Amino acid sequence: MIGALLARLSQGYRTLKYPEETPPLSGRYRGLPQLDGTRCPADCTVCSGACPTGAITRSEGKTRLDLGTCLFCGQCAAACPEHALTFSREHRMAVRQRDGLVLDGAGPFPHAAALEPGLRRLLGRSLRLREVSAGGCNACEADTNVLSTISYDLARFGIQFVASPRHADGLLVTGPVTRNMETALMKTYEAIPEPKVVIAAGACAISGGMFSGHDEVVRGVGELLPVDLFVPGCPPHPLTILDGLLRLIGRVR
Amino acid sequence: MNTACGAQAFNCIPVHLSEIPVLSLALFREHVVRRVAENGRLVSLFGSPCGSGVRLYAVLGTADSGGFTVLAADPGDRYPALTPDCAQASWFEREIAEQWGIRPDGHPWLKPLRFHRSWRAGHDAWGRGPGEPIEPSVTEFYRVEGEEVHEVAVGPVHAGIIEPGHFRFQCHGENVMHLEISLGYQHRGIERRLTGEPSPRIMHYLEALAGDTSIGHGLAYCQGMEALTRTPVSFRAEEIRGIALELERLANHAGDLGALSGDVGYLPTASFCGRLRGDLLNITALACGNRFGRGWLRPGGVAWDLTPDLLGQMLDRLDRTSRDLNGALELLFNSPSVMARFEETGALTPALCQELGLVGVAARACNVGRDVRFEHPAGIYRFVSIPLTTWPTGDVFARAQVRRGEIRQSTHFIRQRLEELSEGSACTAPARRPVADSLVISLVEGWRGEICHAIITGADGRIARYKVVDPSFHNWMGLALALRGQQISDFPLCNKSFNLSYCGFDL
Repeated sequence: MIGALLARLSQGYRTLKYPEETPPLSGRYRGLPQLDGTRCPADCTVCSGACPTGAITRSEGKTRLDLGTCLFCGQCAAACPEHALTFSREHRMAVRQRDGLVLDGAGPFPHAAALEPGLRRLLGRSLRLREVSAGGCNACEADTNVLSTISYDLARFGIQFVASPRHADGLLVTGPVTRNMETALMKTYEAIPEPKVVIAAGACAISGGMFSGHDEVVRGVGELLPVDLFVPGCPPHPLTILDGLLRLIGRVR
Repeated sequence: MNTACGAQAFNCIPVHLSEIPVLSLALFREHVVRRVAENGRLVSLFGSPCGSGVRLYAVLGTADSGGFTVLAADPGDRYPALTPDCAQASWFEREIAEQWGIRPDGHPWLKPLRFHRSWRAGHDAWGRGPGEPIEPSVTEFYRVEGEEVHEVAVGPVHAGIIEPGHFRFQCHGENVMHLEISLGYQHRGIERRLTGEPSPRIMHYLEALAGDTSIGHGLAYCQGMEALTRTPVSFRAEEIRGIALELERLANHAGDLGALSGDVGYLPTASFCGRLRGDLLNITALACGNRFGRGWLRPGGVAWDLTPDLLGQMLDRLDRTSRDLNGALELLFNSPSVMARFEETGALTPALCQELGLVGVAARACNVGRDVRFEHPAGIYRFVSIPLTTWPTGDVFARAQVRRGEIRQSTHFIRQRLEELSEGSACTAPARRPVADSLVISLVEGWRGEICHAIITGADGRIARYKVVDPSFHNWMGLALALRGQQISDFPLCNKSFNLSYCGFDL
């Protein structure tokens, strides 16, 4: 017993002060891309050619980058001769609308707004989610799981991952939704009482990610269910997921 | 061993296909069965397209030499199964049946593994038509019948945030008589997309093959391609890759020990390790920007070199994290109530380990000295050896002890590399095309165990077959058998002590 107390003392208090303070992220972390389309020469397709998932398109002289498909590998930025594309260290990237993830360099980033007031009243100060991994590679799963550790202490915000869909207010989906998980995912969704929210975490869950075009997968959860929150990344940083969840419940605006 | 019975191969050394003898099926079968029985091991067994048919390749690990023996045979559409005489072949033969529609006659439990359509149109091992639906786990299960015998079905969706799989227990009261594991829910069709015209997604596929083993599978790909393109890799790059691989091991072992602690209800170490695992992942993020090491490696070396400033920061973080980790683990291993739950739970014998061909932590916990870094070293491990950690009891306790020992060894290795990193370039671009008509076996000791990538090139140098064997492929059966005679309530603990990959298996 004394050993456990001493260990507790030596380990110290480790919960991050997020969202009031953001811990320093790696200097090499690739967050929200910055796109300056004015630098793009008319017929240049270097960035779209470098993209492994077709997240970048060039049409009518405009460059568009879809964060919902982006793996944040940075190959586009490395290839761009004009430095028109760079990855910032901004981790806050969750949105409520799918098209909000398509960047064209114009206008501010449409950070996720809170759930509708009626629904928020109904949820009170708690949000309970059932997670379903539907073809996820265990990276999104791991970085969702980490939110329940003492570092992030998700429960202090009233958010909790629960075992039974009957106890859940919503579904957090990771993975491109494999054909073999389609039925299990739908049954889990149906078992959640109405009203319910759906969160797509990671490029796979949003668009199929690197697996889009495979006949073994559906192109993300949006093909099957209405999605209320999109969290981009491959995988999203735990803080990106946390920021999205906090915005959804109106804790961060 | 007589080379006429097979081609001698070594880790990351290509073999020309013409050197691999194509034996008659009877001889092929006889050699595989005999060598596995003589303390050998089936590292991989797979089909590869050959003309209008499929050729089988067996990669056999031998107990005495540092290499492998590779044999081939042409089975046609059916052949006498190896499984009745070689248990290790069981899932490999089910895989071959499912992928290529080749029927191993006499296989005692011939069911699909991943529930997808055959890769060869018109060839289905179960005679299913093209329009017939294929649903996961909709199949026959092994059943025990009798009074008070009951069946417990768990999954695909489990209680926590984990990947999906289906577990079917045959129980008598609390006691498990048999567990059958049915997977395939995570099947994304990666393997068949690794062949042909090189996909710009190929490195990403490998890094997401099992996302918690991005470095392990990424490295197996890089090593294999470097061998095929004869690309030299600098010593510095090899050292950095070693750091990456051992950091991955540290983070996962720390997470696993925390989870084992949580599964027996010992919360202090469970919470400390939850945080520490994240801190270890953040050291990887410091080096390459991604917590799982995505984008760190590439054929020819590493994409992210380590600056002196970064080396200092990584060392500092490693020291602080390992101090806390040691404290958390000391607490765990000094708690008699925890040890009492770990000891004699889910035990496997060395003989069973050998029969099943287990790898990695699970094998070393059965006192079997199986470790790629030791047996088949490539890259940095050719020059710097990491002492082998084993434990004799084969139970949850042994699997925890092996992890604890490996945490110590990997920390020491990383610290040494960070302190003495040699000068040199971080990456050389692969200049040549892969050598044609060749096979390369690329092995990496990932944190779960032996990762095997077998790559076959065609006459044009393109990849004709890319066969991935995740350590989980060998070890799922070990988990199933570890549960026999256990209480069903110990399943989470046993499962966590193996911590196998679903997507790494499902591909």
